[in-house]
Order: sequence, then structure tokens, then C-alpha cells
Amino acid sequence: MNVLAPNRTVGQDPMVPRSFVIERVRKELSDTYTMDLVPRDGLPFRFEPGQFNMLYVFGVGEVPISISGDSKVTAGISHTTRSVGKVSAALNALQPGDVVGVRGPYGAPWPVADVHGMDVVFVAGGVGLAPLRPAIYWVLAHRAEFGNVAIFYGARTPEDILFRREVQQWRGRFDMTVHVTVDRATGAWSGKVGVVTQLIKGGGFDRHNAVALVCGPEVMMRYAAEALGERGMPKQNIHVSMERNMKCAVGFCGHCQWGANFVCKDGPVFSYDRAEPLLSIWEL
Amino acid sequence: MGGIAPMAENPPAIVMDGAGLQSLLEALADRGYQVIGPQVADGAIVYQSLAAASDLPAGWIEQQDGGHYRLVESGDARRFAHVVGPHTWKRFLYPSLQRLWSATRQGQGFEISTEGEQPKYAFIGVRACELRAIGIHDKVFIDSGFTDAGYAERRRRNFLVAVNCARAGDTCFCASMGSGPDVGDGYDLALTEIGDADDPSYLVEAGSDAGADLQRMLPGRPAGADDLSAAADAVAAAARSMGREMVADAGPLLKRHLEHRQWDAVAERCLNCTNCTMVCPTCFCSTVEDVTDLSGMETERIRKWDSCFTLDFSYIHGGAVRREGGSRYRQWMTHKLAYWWDQFGESGCVGCGRCITWCPVGIDITEEARAIAASETAGQGED
Repeated sequence: MNVLAPNRTVGQDPMVPRSFVIERVRKELSDTYTMDLVPRDGLPFRFEPGQFNMLYVFGVGEVPISISGDSKVTAGISHTTRSVGKVSAALNALQPGDVVGVRGPYGAPWPVADVHGMDVVFVAGGVGLAPLRPAIYWVLAHRAEFGNVAIFYGARTPEDILFRREVQQWRGRFDMTVHVTVDRATGAWSGKVGVVTQLIKGGGFDRHNAVALVCGPEVMMRYAAEALGERGMPKQNIHVSMERNMKCAVGFCGHCQWGANFVCKDGPVFSYDRAEPLLSIWEL
Repeated sequence: MGGIAPMAENPPAIVMDGAGLQSLLEALADRGYQVIGPQVADGAIVYQSLAAASDLPAGWIEQQDGGHYRLVESGDARRFAHVVGPHTWKRFLYPSLQRLWSATRQGQGFEISTEGEQPKYAFIGVRACELRAIGIHDKVFIDSGFTDAGYAERRRRNFLVAVNCARAGDTCFCASMGSGPDVGDGYDLALTEIGDADDPSYLVEAGSDAGADLQRMLPGRPAGADDLSAAADAVAAAARSMGREMVADAGPLLKRHLEHRQWDAVAERCLNCTNCTMVCPTCFCSTVEDVTDLSGMETERIRKWDSCFTLDFSYIHGGAVRREGGSRYRQWMTHKLAYWWDQFGESGCVGCGRCITWCPVGIDITEEARAIAASETAGQGED
């Protein structure tokens, strides 16, 4: 059968993946799928919200994909992937029963375990909701330990709203607020139209005692962080998740360097007091 | 691994004649080492399998300058009067093409197999700057959180015969980088070419247990005080004759000037050819390629050297992060001289000068740093 050879080198070498079977595939958007994976070796998989894996498609290649599932579940992992290139498209073409290679988890997580007692603001743009979902799960699982919880979510159109049913469920809860806006209204959309920074201006958090977790396109994260700053949130309480080219995820390949950082090891989550000086430099 | 194991005792240095080098090569071969050393090939001094000591580049030195390299006859018999050529030892320890693993399709899945035994290399003629570069790669691939298993094993099996430089090249600047020309430590054996240039002798010093063990196999006489002072004088002369010099505190300097007109000025000359990164002994960036056979049943993951000078290097969906040549040169130079300190606690540049010599348009990293420093003195340069 298709099990990794149990030789000693495998598992020791960080460049060699573990094999996982695709258990379930859900189509989220026209070009975005969520895959649930279970390890062939049956060993638990543990990660922290905000971490990512390198996913390998046989003969095609490897891509860094953030984990979008629940960190309390160790029997399997979920990834939500948008088809933007050769490997992500090949990944999304796979079917249940197919095997993928997994290396990880890698990277610095969202600091959800360190912010007890604070308000938590999630700011997501497009598929940037996927890397935030494990942190949302974590906060909701420990709901009593936090103050106000708010999600500000911006999508291009109503058809681009990721995890739509879950977003609707969250929106129906009395212990959190969920605001959704779209760049362009289509169909029967009667909600807000505009950029996500407009939602932030509505507030709903204690600026002295709140943390913001921001994920989306780089330009959106910059504007979101500025809007949060204008609302009085200190930069060290704002966290962004950076994206850079990655070939190895362990600091060997050099591709993800961003100033002195290896985004794979020192990130992808950075506090904005560290990120802002780097984001302000052209083509760093 | 060279120089890592503490020595049980410090064997006294010996002096051997040229024939001793052949004894050294034979002793290494007897111990199962594949011996690699400098030789003349294709008009340059390159590192390749060394069959006999007579293949060493006796009588050859180089003329080097920005974009210029020529072998010329030295007029004597010294075997190590040359400095460094286009090759670096990373081509053996961190090959430019390396199979990470291969996989065979089985049903809906695949089975992965990894490489077998690693080669056992002995390097002859590792210079101070190169020894430092190997130490830098050890930190990158072994001691920074993750370990590259293949690299670690090649290094564990590695034997290093260092050579103190008695002459500096025209593009050398190791003295100003604090990485030479004295080999310092980290070697198994160190040689210094001394005595009559037409019939040179070799001071041999051990730097590890493995080196001490091998030194006992070599013919020679105990080194005298005059031999040791001759060696020290030779290295000191090399330090005084450096062709180039890096400005002091280049790292903090560059960090103060991430936006500077000099980046545009260098971009006008830089061809983005990647030569500097290929010849650099510390550049370690790589990419991966997947190679599949026609049946689609067999595949290999190949790691190959990559360069921050290519547009693809920083590509994420939507485009490259560093589209302008100036951004890419800045990435390379700031990584070498500034951010390496933050990442690994030392400079990523060892002052070997290869990037200057092998740049087709002669861009000189020491000149670029000096230009930025000069603008600071003059109080100008910011965009």
C-alpha cells in the first residue's frame, strides 16, 4: 500500500513529507476548496492557530498552505486553498482517497493563548479568513476568557464570502459581532458595500485592551492596521500574517526573507510594530 | 567534523617538503576519502578530484579585478601562491543539483525513498575565508532550528586541510571582514607554504584529533621557531597586501539607507546574471524542481541553487515582490552584510572577492558600500 517507508531518514529530514489521505473535499468558492486530511501513519497532528503546512502533490510540487481547521482536533487537518498557480490548481483537482505529502506545522502562530481577558478583533479579507478560522475556533472554545469578540470581514462580492454557513452561524450568536462588507454588491445583497476599513471605524472594542488579528492581501492589512491604529489600538496589539515565496519552510531556501526575517520561521504572524517599518520599504 | 572534536593532545607542528604532500594525499585516500583540491582547468583554478600532488597548480597565480580573471605564471614553484577561483567548496557540501528524494506512485498514493550513503570528502587548500564560509553554512544547515540531514552527514565525514594565504589577491578583502588570511581554527590540518619559492616546504599544524592522527603519518621534521615565524610573516604579508577593503560597520550603514539612490545607480549596471550568488561561498538560496518520468509513475524532487537576483525568486501569486533590479541587489547586499548578523550572529560576507572578480560588469561590493558611506558623510543620498 501507499505508506511512507518507515526508514529512519524519513521523519528526521525536514525536507521529506509525511503522507496524508484526502478524506473529504468541500467546494467553498468557484476556485477555492477545503480538504480534510488524515495521516497514513495514524499519529496525531498538532498545530497552533496561524501555522501552515507545505502540501505536496505527487510529481507537481509543493505549496505553503495555512491550516484552516480546528487545533483541538488532532486526528486530521483541514486546509482551504484557492487555485492561484500550478500546484494549488493540481491540489484542488485531487479527490477523496488521493494522497498528498505534508510537511509541518511551521511558523509562528496567532497569539491567542497570550491574550486572555482582552477583546479580540478579527479582520479578514477574502480567503484571508481561512488562516484566521483556527484562531476564531480557539477563542470561541475559550469564550469566557475573552472580552468582546468581533469579526470584520470583507469579500469582493457576496459570492466570494468564504465559509458562508459558518459566518452566518457566528453572526447569529449573542456573544460576538460579525460585520461583513463586499467591494461590489451582486444579486440580492442587502448588506454593506465598501472596504473592510470602513467596518473598523465602527469600533466595538476597547482600544486599550484589545488585540487584532488581521489576514488578507498585504495592502488590505496595511490599511486595516492603520484604521485600527486610528481607533487607538497600539501597534504591538495588531498582528498580521505575511505571505512570501517559500520553497522549504525551514529557513534553508532563502526565498521568504523579509528584512532580517525568514517569514517561514519568524512569521508568518508578525506584530505590527515589527511589520510596519518593513512594509514601508519599497520592494523589501 | 573538522575542528569540532577537542584534541586529546596538541601534537607539535612539523615541516615537510613537497613530497610530503603526496604522502598526505595517499594517507587520505587510504582512509577512504575522496580527495578534492585546486587544479588548473579551462584557464582557471578549480576544485576537483586530486589524483596526485603533482596536479596542484604549482607556478600559477591569478590576476583578478572587477570582471577580470587571468592565470599567469608566478615564475616559481609555489603550489598555493594562487588565491581563490570561481569554485567554492559548497559545490561539494551543498551541490548545485541535489536529489532530495524520489517517489513512486502506488495506487492513489506514493512511496518516498531518500538518498543512501553520503560521500566522504577531504578538501585540500581550504583558505581562511572558505573555512569561515563552511562554518557559516554549518550554522545555516545544522544549527538554526532544523537540520539538513544530507549536509550534516557530508560535514560529519569531511576532512579539511586548510592553507594559510601567503599572498592576497587583487579583489581579496578578508582582512577587513575579520575572516582571514590566517585560517584560525575549524580545520583538521593547516598548511603554510614557507621557505625557498623554487622548492617550498610546508609547515603542518593539526587542529583536530583526526588531523593529529593523520599528521603522525606524514614525513617531516619538528618545526623550529624560525619556521613558525616564517609562516607568521607570510600571513602578515598577505594581510598587508589586500586588494580591497570593506568599510567599517557596513551592516548598520546599509540598514540606515534601505532607500538610497545608490540602489538605482547599481541597478543601472547590474545585469541580474546571478554570477555573484553562484560564486559566493555563503549564498545558500535554493529552489526545488519536480521531475517526473513519462509514465507519471516515478518522480524526483531536485533542489538546485537559486539566486535572489531572479524575478521568479520572490514570486507570489500576482507577481514578484522585488521587480526592480535595485531591490534585488539591495536584498543580496543587505543580506550578506546586515541581516545575516540578525539571523546568524555573524557576517554573511567573508571577503573572498569572488563576486567582484566574476561580475561581468565589475560591480564591486566594497565600492558600493563605500559610495553609500560617502553619501552619509556628505549628508546626501536619500530618495
